[in-house]
Amino acid sequence: MKRTLGVVAIAATAGLVLAGCSAGGGGDANTLKVAYQKFGTFTQLDDHMKQVKAAYEEANPGVTVKLIPIEAQQNDYFTKLALMNKSASTAPDIMYEDTFMVKSDADAGYLAPLDEYLGDWDEWDKFYENAKAAGLGDDGKTYGIPMGTDTRALWYNKDLFADAGLPVPWEPKTWADVRDAAETLKAADPDVIPLNIYSGKAQGEAATMQGFEMFLYGTDDTLYDADSQKWVVGSQGFVDSLEFIGDIYQDGLGPTPEQALDKNVGTSIANEWLPQGTLGISLDGSWLSGTWLETGTAPWPEWNDVMAQTPMPTQDGQEPGATSMSGGWTLAMGSKSQNKDAAWKFIELALNKDNSQSYDIAASQIAVRSDVSEDTDYQASNPTFGFFSEIVDVTHFRPATSDYAKISNEITVAMEAVMTGQQTAKEAAAAYDKAVIGIVGEDGTTEAK
Amino acid sequence: MTATAIAAAPGRTPDPEQHRRDRRRSGARRSLIRSIPLLPAVLLLAVFLLGPVISSFYGSLTDSSLSGSAAQGASFVGFDNYIALFQDPDFPKSVLLTFVFLIASAIVGQNVLGLGLALLMQSANGAVRGVVGTLVVGAWVLPEVVGAFAAYAFFSADGTLNSLLATIGITGPSWLYSFPMLSVILANIWRGTAFSMLVYTAALNDVPPEITESAAVDGARGWQRLRYITLPMIRRSISTNLMLTTLQTLSVFGLIFVMTGGGPGTDSTTLPLLAYQEAFKFGELGFGTAIATILLIVGALCSVVYLKALKPEVD
Repeated sequence: MKRTLGVVAIAATAGLVLAGCSAGGGGDANTLKVAYQKFGTFTQLDDHMKQVKAAYEEANPGVTVKLIPIEAQQNDYFTKLALMNKSASTAPDIMYEDTFMVKSDADAGYLAPLDEYLGDWDEWDKFYENAKAAGLGDDGKTYGIPMGTDTRALWYNKDLFADAGLPVPWEPKTWADVRDAAETLKAADPDVIPLNIYSGKAQGEAATMQGFEMFLYGTDDTLYDADSQKWVVGSQGFVDSLEFIGDIYQDGLGPTPEQALDKNVGTSIANEWLPQGTLGISLDGSWLSGTWLETGTAPWPEWNDVMAQTPMPTQDGQEPGATSMSGGWTLAMGSKSQNKDAAWKFIELALNKDNSQSYDIAASQIAVRSDVSEDTDYQASNPTFGFFSEIVDVTHFRPATSDYAKISNEITVAMEAVMTGQQTAKEAAAAYDKAVIGIVGEDGTTEAK
Repeated sequence: MTATAIAAAPGRTPDPEQHRRDRRRSGARRSLIRSIPLLPAVLLLAVFLLGPVISSFYGSLTDSSLSGSAAQGASFVGFDNYIALFQDPDFPKSVLLTFVFLIASAIVGQNVLGLGLALLMQSANGAVRGVVGTLVVGAWVLPEVVGAFAAYAFFSADGTLNSLLATIGITGPSWLYSFPMLSVILANIWRGTAFSMLVYTAALNDVPPEITESAAVDGARGWQRLRYITLPMIRRSISTNLMLTTLQTLSVFGLIFVMTGGGPGTDSTTLPLLAYQEAFKFGELGFGTAIATILLIVGALCSVVYLKALKPEVD
């Protein structure tokens, strides 16, 4: 009896395993799996993909597009995407890929090079050179087609500024000016959260890029020395940046640390805090207004009357006076795709002029195609496009190495340690230095001058 | 085999050694045949229990990763992950937090409270028993995420607990932020006590009433009866329960993840959360697996300690 049970159990298990294999089986050549992020206020891509799917299936009868929206915060999205990519049965044919992950994921063998298709694509010339560079792998091949780019700056609430007696338009020249404004806002109304800086492990790359790097790149130091291709350790700029962010949280000028460490804080800021006037300043991205458009998740018709933008100043006002960070996302093709030609056609359709434009408008992206950015409809669609395109002059790009993703994690660890008061900025920076040496080795780092 | 045996004994004289060997071999063959029915069970155990343990251990010796070149083909790095782990300042803190969580919430909290409830319910009337039982088991029946969210809603800054405190004029602290470990420990006691209570209720029902009665006749007080009669008699249940709650608590992930996410900072990052953070947040699968392997060893050690200390097999 026991044996029969055992045999039955093994047979059943084997059956399940086999079924698991065949059910996935890499799908078939006639199904395209499209994986992308859909989280919180970011639903524009989901809308976009639905439209492209309909158009694609009409033009290509016989091919089905299967949309796989991944509902996860940014870093969880990377994890889920990587886990999907690991197995041929779940790997997507087309994926929404952050430019900073392109090199790392190309290295991992998840992405297929697109060069053979680009030669025949007459629209590829319309893309700006720096945007094209963002989709390159370490081997110099193109792995991602950019959808749009972004810059970052200070968004502030003009009404709250006026109430607190602060000048509008606000033009901070140094970090101290930013802190002073936050203190004034707090003194005028203790219920207002003066300043938000994304910080901590829960925010992942958003903390590193919108938060930390917006400070660090405004100091005399940098994160990565591109000439010697080494990571900078022991820099004063690193300590100063951490200190500023830590003090904002420790002195009650930011959200409470527990609000800031909530994965949904980005959604709260865009949907509630800013529209309801409970947050004075947010160091945030150029895409923020996409949430408040009619097509967004929290339409706010008056947003442009209430909110204004100003560039993030450098530490002591040193040249060029302001700083910004740029990233952007791409569409990439999975290396395990069984029908690469069909997948390419999908990318081509999703990012042609009209589709790029409608997506860039809906998601408040800075266009990376010259024909889109010169289009008057695009320019007129959002009053902030002019401002955010201008600060492209002072913007920085993240280090283009496959180690960046790991090092970015270490920055969020340091940020969380100072914002919660568990370490001083010096201690956290020292721990970061040690972690970086652990990742790239002693030879991969250089002492700050 | 036979060929060598013949070669070793050219005269074919009867060899007592050879005879014994033959018998042993046939005995071995017989027991091999007899154990065939066990094979499916052994196979299942190997595939589903031993397999993951071995693959976890092997994974911890590689630099397997979610992205980057190591994702394409992980290479063997020996004990590098373990060396890095022991040098990582987060690790000792995490081990300490894991033990604090284990001792406070499982060994002390769930066990003592579970036993206490079981004892009290023995002498309670039916209605009280029904109500208390339902309340306690209710927490246990909830799926982990639901239970964890309920605890989150209870402890969060503007949650139930602080609302209750506010009605009597106390401004409660932000529990999850200021006392993360206390919050998750209380939540785990709340969730897990039912299990211990059920185990002990069953065990106490098996203690023959005549023994306790005769002890009472001999003049043993309540606590003496508990100490000298009841506890030794339910020793095996205590051992089993300790082991089960320990292993359950060591692997608690969802509860802490939902309530505090391991934070603030690393203030409630127990080993499962640290393993998750390294493997899935930071993409270092090999490193995360090393932490998981350590957790496995801790669990095994605890089990051995309970088995030795309480000697459940001796009667």
